[in-house]
Amino acid sequence: MKNKSLVSINDYTREEQLKILDLAAGFEKQPTQSILEGFVIATLFFEPSTRTRLSFESAASRLGAKVIGFSDASSSSVQKGESLRDTIRTVSNYSDIIVMRHPKEGSARFASEVASVPVINAGDGANQHPTQTMLDMYSIRKTQGTLDDLNIAFVGDLKYGRTVHSLVMALCNYNTTFHLVSPEALKLPSSVKIHIKDNKHKYFQYTELAEVIHKVDILYMTRIQKERFSDPMDYEKVKNSCILKNQMLTDAKPNLKIMHPLPRVNEINVDVDDNPKAYYFQQALNGVYVRQALLASILGVK
Amino acid sequence: MKQDENGKELKVSAIENGTVIDHIPCESVFQVIKILSLNDIGDQVLFGTNLESRKMGKKGIIKVSNKFFEPDDVNKIALVAPTATLITIRNFKVAEKKKVEIPDYVEKIAKCFNPNCITNHEKVTTRFTVIDKVELKLRCHYCEKITARDTIWFF
Repeated sequence: MKNKSLVSINDYTREEQLKILDLAAGFEKQPTQSILEGFVIATLFFEPSTRTRLSFESAASRLGAKVIGFSDASSSSVQKGESLRDTIRTVSNYSDIIVMRHPKEGSARFASEVASVPVINAGDGANQHPTQTMLDMYSIRKTQGTLDDLNIAFVGDLKYGRTVHSLVMALCNYNTTFHLVSPEALKLPSSVKIHIKDNKHKYFQYTELAEVIHKVDILYMTRIQKERFSDPMDYEKVKNSCILKNQMLTDAKPNLKIMHPLPRVNEINVDVDDNPKAYYFQQALNGVYVRQALLASILGVK
Repeated sequence: MKQDENGKELKVSAIENGTVIDHIPCESVFQVIKILSLNDIGDQVLFGTNLESRKMGKKGIIKVSNKFFEPDDVNKIALVAPTATLITIRNFKVAEKKKVEIPDYVEKIAKCFNPNCITNHEKVTTRFTVIDKVELKLRCHYCEKITARDTIWFF
């Protein structure tokens, strides 16, 4: 996968994805290795992020690479009206790989076409977030022992949640049964559902979270954002339909794990945190190993 | 009443040289005029709609003098009027006749309907994969969203 940009999860074949997961398992055993000494990694965050940026920078630092970049568009020459094309061409000259988050959908694909170095998409608007997907896959495989034949529920904002879109697409390579729980206004878009249908996987749609808990191996929770609703009354009506409380987990399968891309607001009650089924903080840690695997693989040292 | 070379009655007058776009769905006639910017050319443009057609029941037709369409324009016609036939006329005679075909890939002629797509904010040539030729669905190469018949716009 040397020099191969990662923009959309489907850019990597099933075999390539599994190779990254295997590499990540190696970094989990031994996270500090000086294999990227001398490499410069640019992290261009045109939109704020805590977890993704810091876990990339942590991954790079633990492997001995130097990190340059910005964490806010206002501290870059975008402020002066520079085009994305020019910013990317310039930064290509200064770095060996570019990690980019940008608010416009398709920006990462465009950047990968104008950059002379590989680009890793760290989120392009509501479109894709493939490194989150890889760490989600890593977490699923680690907790369930496999990615095949699982029942996976996606809960919350399935319309705008890019982590959901990428993960659904990725899981279409495995024999997944999808359980989609969301308010009517935030259903999974047809552009994503088409991948489930094309691969002839089973999927079920719900509006109440309680209906699916006992059926699934993974409960993938997401945040419902108030600003997605044009009418605040609509938000009030649905905001409680997708909230998980500890008492709801009594009939859950023993192997169930609860995942969440974070940040969480109120969709997972804090009383769930101490339940051994809660996996979201471990999931965030897995992000460092997966990003180490991606950097090492794309830079050609693993 | 005027007649064509085979003696058929003509509702829309013949042209000497140029292109006839025949078998246009009636509801698409004005859209075809618009996407080809036919309101903006100096040559004669004749059109008719709700004309009788043995094949289609009713059809539209556009005749443009001294104009021979480039592949990009032909692709645009195919996207809004997939039933259309293009007839090249030279010296009042049919020189060539072919059905338009919806291409597998669409480059630069169509706009992505997603307002948050990078192609609507930077100078980027749009690129789409046609994923459904019957319903007409185009997947944007950049934002991966689907532009459909009712949301398609042309440059």
